[in-house]
Amino acid sequence: MSYLPYAVAVWIFLVGLCGVVTSRNLIHLALCLTVTQSSTYLMLLAVGYVNGGGAPIFKGVKLGTTAVDPVVQALSLTDIVVSVTVLALILALTLDVHEDAGTVDPDQIAEMQG
Amino acid sequence: MTRRTRIVIFAAAGLGLGALLGWSLAGIPHFGDYRGPYGYILNRIVVPERHTTNVVGATVFDVRGFDTMGEEFILFAAVMGVVLLLRGTSPRSEADEAVEWVGSDALRVVATLTVGAAVLVGLWLVAFGYVTPGGGFQGGVAVASGAALLYFAFTMRSFRPFADEQLMDPLEATGAGAFVVVGLAALVSGMHFLHNLFGPGTTGTLRSGGSIALVNWAVGLEVAAALLTLYSLFLREYVVPLARSRT
Repeated sequence: MSYLPYAVAVWIFLVGLCGVVTSRNLIHLALCLTVTQSSTYLMLLAVGYVNGGGAPIFKGVKLGTTAVDPVVQALSLTDIVVSVTVLALILALTLDVHEDAGTVDPDQIAEMQG
Repeated sequence: MTRRTRIVIFAAAGLGLGALLGWSLAGIPHFGDYRGPYGYILNRIVVPERHTTNVVGATVFDVRGFDTMGEEFILFAAVMGVVLLLRGTSPRSEADEAVEWVGSDALRVVATLTVGAAVLVGLWLVAFGYVTPGGGFQGGVAVASGAALLYFAFTMRSFRPFADEQLMDPLEATGAGAFVVVGLAALVSGMHFLHNLFGPGTTGTLRSGGSIALVNWAVGLEVAAALLTLYSLFLREYVVPLARSRT
């Protein structure tokens, strides 16, 4: 059981990638990318967990009480907000593509053929 | 490359990647068996040194403040990209935005009560961000989301004060710029960039953490203005025209 959080993170990462590769819609593709990205949050928080540790907030909690790693929490929380704005940028690009190509299916857009 | 070949290649590559990740993860310490020194060090020194009781907040705005500044500018650049792509692509007038939203009176009453509460909770999250759970990032999102309720329960016209680019653009830029200004202020006073100023203050109060409070508010302002800019752009350029074409 002690590897379960890591396994879940790997699973989310691969499921997201799978969605990106098989996607037939750019909006769906962007959301799959966000799923892939969110696996990193689980990974970071899992790495920073200390057995029996509480939140690293010491208001009303005695200093020295076991707490989890604040660094990975700081990384995750800033990235969640930043990733939303990056997702918005991808969606704005999708709107632009839809205006030009008339479709959001990456397979039907000549410029996106790999 | 056809869809089929792409999926076959991915299946092989994905299995390989999954196996490699599984292998590498089997070699790291068990879940809960934390070994890294930084978490322990920060949890021990932040409260005595900075007098802020939220160690995560102090980590974001002080210990790795320089990194946060970089992330803040990723956010700033992404929003600027959306503005450049979407703003002004379709002509609009005030009449266009007055699409009547079919909502019930009950919805409006609840929304009216919730908007104020949500924005207030957001401001509280920002204000006490370095004392209790919260901070500029989370609070900024809460403030913007509270304001966005105005569109969901009423019309675009009600949301308009928060969608005003004349107001939101300067606010967002001020938030982003203030972070750098706080950093430069330390430089001017002969210390290194983003060095904590004003002394640590009283533990567990709003007067703790020195310049953490300023940086925290700068981020809160920027995040709230950035998200409101995004909401208003997508609503104006996409959602409202779509709703209009369906009525």
